[in-house]
Amino acid sequence: MSAKTGPDRPVLLKVEDLSVSYRLSEGQVEAVDGVSFELDRGETLGLVGESGCGKTTAAMAVIRLLPDNGRVTSGRALFDGTDLLQMAAQELRKYRWARISVIFQGAMNSLNPVQRVGDQLVSALMLHGIPRKEAEQRAAEMFQRVGLEASRLTGYPHEFSGGMRQRALIALALLLGPDIVICDEPTTALDVVVQDQVVETLKHLQQRYNQGMIIISHDISVIAETCGSMAVMYAGQLVEYGGTVEIFENPGHPYTAMLLRSFPSIKGELRELLTIAGAPPDLSKPPGGCRFHPRCPLAEQRCRDKRPPARSLGSGRHTASCHFAGQFTLDDIQKKEAGRR
Amino acid sequence: MLVWVFCSLAAPALTSHDPFRFVGEPYLSPGAPGHVFGTDHLGRDMFSRVIYGSRTALLVGLVSAGISALLGILIGAAAGYFGGVIDDLISRSIDVFLMIPVFFLLILATAIFGSNINFVTLAIGLTIWPSNARIMRSQVLTLKTRPYVLASTAAGASPWRLLFTHIIPNGIFPVTVNSALQTGSAMLTEAGLSFLGLGDPNIVSWGQMVQLGQRYLNLSWTMVALPGLALLSLVAGFSLVGDGLTAVANPRLLRGGGTK
Amino acid sequence: MTSNGVLVEASGLKKHYPLRTGFLASFLRSGGRRWVRAVDGIDLQIHRGEAVGLVGESGSGKSTTGLVMALLEKPTAGEVRIAGRNPFALQARDLREMRKKVQIIFQDPYLTLDPRFRVIDTVREPLGIHRIGTRDRRQQMAARALEEAGLPKNLVDRYPHELSGGQRQRVAIARAMVLEPEFVVADEPVSMLDVSVRAGIMSLMVRLKEQHQVTYLFISHDLAVCRYMCERIAVMYLGRIVETGDRESLLQEPFHPYTRLLVSAVPVPDPKASRKRVQVSGEIPSSSEIIQGCGFYSRCQEASPECAESVPPLREVAPGRLVACHKV
Repeated sequence: MSAKTGPDRPVLLKVEDLSVSYRLSEGQVEAVDGVSFELDRGETLGLVGESGCGKTTAAMAVIRLLPDNGRVTSGRALFDGTDLLQMAAQELRKYRWARISVIFQGAMNSLNPVQRVGDQLVSALMLHGIPRKEAEQRAAEMFQRVGLEASRLTGYPHEFSGGMRQRALIALALLLGPDIVICDEPTTALDVVVQDQVVETLKHLQQRYNQGMIIISHDISVIAETCGSMAVMYAGQLVEYGGTVEIFENPGHPYTAMLLRSFPSIKGELRELLTIAGAPPDLSKPPGGCRFHPRCPLAEQRCRDKRPPARSLGSGRHTASCHFAGQFTLDDIQKKEAGRR
Repeated sequence: MLVWVFCSLAAPALTSHDPFRFVGEPYLSPGAPGHVFGTDHLGRDMFSRVIYGSRTALLVGLVSAGISALLGILIGAAAGYFGGVIDDLISRSIDVFLMIPVFFLLILATAIFGSNINFVTLAIGLTIWPSNARIMRSQVLTLKTRPYVLASTAAGASPWRLLFTHIIPNGIFPVTVNSALQTGSAMLTEAGLSFLGLGDPNIVSWGQMVQLGQRYLNLSWTMVALPGLALLSLVAGFSLVGDGLTAVANPRLLRGGGTK
Repeated sequence: MTSNGVLVEASGLKKHYPLRTGFLASFLRSGGRRWVRAVDGIDLQIHRGEAVGLVGESGSGKSTTGLVMALLEKPTAGEVRIAGRNPFALQARDLREMRKKVQIIFQDPYLTLDPRFRVIDTVREPLGIHRIGTRDRRQQMAARALEEAGLPKNLVDRYPHELSGGQRQRVAIARAMVLEPEFVVADEPVSMLDVSVRAGIMSLMVRLKEQHQVTYLFISHDLAVCRYMCERIAVMYLGRIVETGDRESLLQEPFHPYTRLLVSAVPVPDPKASRKRVQVSGEIPSSSEIIQGCGFYSRCQEASPECAESVPPLREVAPGRLVACHKV
């Protein structure tokens, strides 16, 4: 499942064969199963998939922020050569926020309501040993970078709108100039106009600081606009990986192909949306072989038996984990789907 | 602990089959052969008195909690659903009721109207409904804006249908839990009244037994201890039922409302 | 009514909610009550057989409009007419009759079904309320509605908690359709569903519309979804409709500055497309503020003093295109 790297690409993060499972009352749930991807400096990688596909789990596993009942069952996460998953907790703490920071999903609702926003930023900086004066200055600068007026620092969270809070959190995440920023669903629950402003902010910051960014989202439109490369996940497995443009033009996996055609758009021709029959599987009893086979119109016996390896498509990093990778067209899918009905 | 409750609940069944002599040999000895719990000062068998007392306790507890629940549900639901003036009126009355020390009200009531056990039961029921009403009201306030209620309205359902088929059944759970607790406290209230001598002299009540027995404490401590312990265990049993219900509800609520 | 006549019409529709002030505050604040002007005067006509999309961000009043049109809330001012009659002026019995014609589908699949009712019972309930047919007949009709909604047969006797979000929404659709309504208000029916499930529900709704000749008011914040589902789109901002038009011309060539902003802000699932963003400043004002002129004035790049003074009326600027702007 690993992807090819170019000769002199500064690879920031290399995740190899990551697997995570949760212990639930129903049994063990394999939330992430053998996922590999890379992140270069200056690259924005989108982790795409529906709810429950494991994208958040995979990202949280990399920085070891899983809940108590979750464990990494295999894999490595090499950051600058060192495996984050094997690091001592003390060491890891130094990395968090200073070198890798996270903007959690729905975090805009977890700002301390009784503390001024500016103070929350400043105290976080001071906890990392930065003197107050400098901390205040940095906070003010960062606010402006995310498009908020410095005067807003003295405000309380309830005085900020949803979009503003999200931007305040982005500011918080960038304060120490980390190498990697992970954004979990940064635009969900925001209105379109505000969403757009947040997306703009993220892109602008990415260009400016040249860090590596991972954007987790179920909205492929947002991914299409912000990410140069993407990793599509389904039921805990990585089904497709590569450059965004390539994947959109030539999806190598049936799930990706069908997913792309199930999104309406305000531009382009108005065509019928593709429905993917069925529902994502129960991960305590996942389907054998390729986890997508129960819903895949192209599925055959070997899809049930053997888990497809990542097949390379074209040059570069584009891979798809399907026995038929690159060998089908959308027409084939539609015909088979119509036949099934 | 729930086992204890069921023992007590089964007891009245046990005892109504047993034709135990209510008035027996006139000796005061406790723990004597033939009388597991001994006898009281008048020679009455303690065991059967304790068992008969459980019928009283359970009757009072359950019936008054039942009355309280019925009133509380109806009044609380009306307040929550109809809002406006009706709500204001009802809410203020609830506030007033909750301010008044109920026990003294009951003492007054029994002093004026007599101490027949049925009356006492009714009276207790009539004084403890406000807490149920408040619970039901807040449940109704939340539930009446739920989409499935609105959908039924859109389908043409009348307020009565909405209340009785959708709102109340979905909001009733906290009232049930509260009722379990109220059963226990109603029993204690009745025992308290009996202990003060205001209870019904024609029936057997644990509170009454404690009252009668306190004079003979140095002769027979079991006369007081036995009914006391019985009361304690039954009330505790109901509290535990309440706790148990709450615990059962929470995982189900969490699982029922979320995704897989 | 002619077959292309107007089925649903709102004129000057307003819905205001009182803001609860504290006991003391209502004495101290001069003028007393403050109101949330959720819907502040809208005119909208929906023709029989049409699907009209009502688009807006949160706070625009679109959901409230939907509730009023579905006869679940009474207007504070203005009128609604369904098939020419004002439902709010009817006797209770007549209103009940009319409810058969007007139904609603809600947004949250986890709250839209009574958790204590089996799926079949939920769909049967509307029939029972109106005493349509016998018990058996109602059972049949409900089962058929569920089948048309695409719910697998083995789930018909289950409870909602055993169903997925998409399946619950199908039940909600079946419930709305079982009375064979003429007009259905759909309030964000797919926003809370997984993306791969949305297409299925949207296709279902389109199919039902064609088969049963239903008229839709489709409320959404998602312009792309609206475009797919609706022939005509109406854009709302701060309780007022600022623009209406058929979907393609409205999206290709929006007239109102807010519509232009909205259209430019929608992300497109195409990595090679580039968007030209409309610049905007400021935040949406609160719905309880009293604004004298155009609601968009505070953020509009093209505003002029007259925009702050008077509310621009909704008028036709091109065939089929209505816009409420002084500058167009």
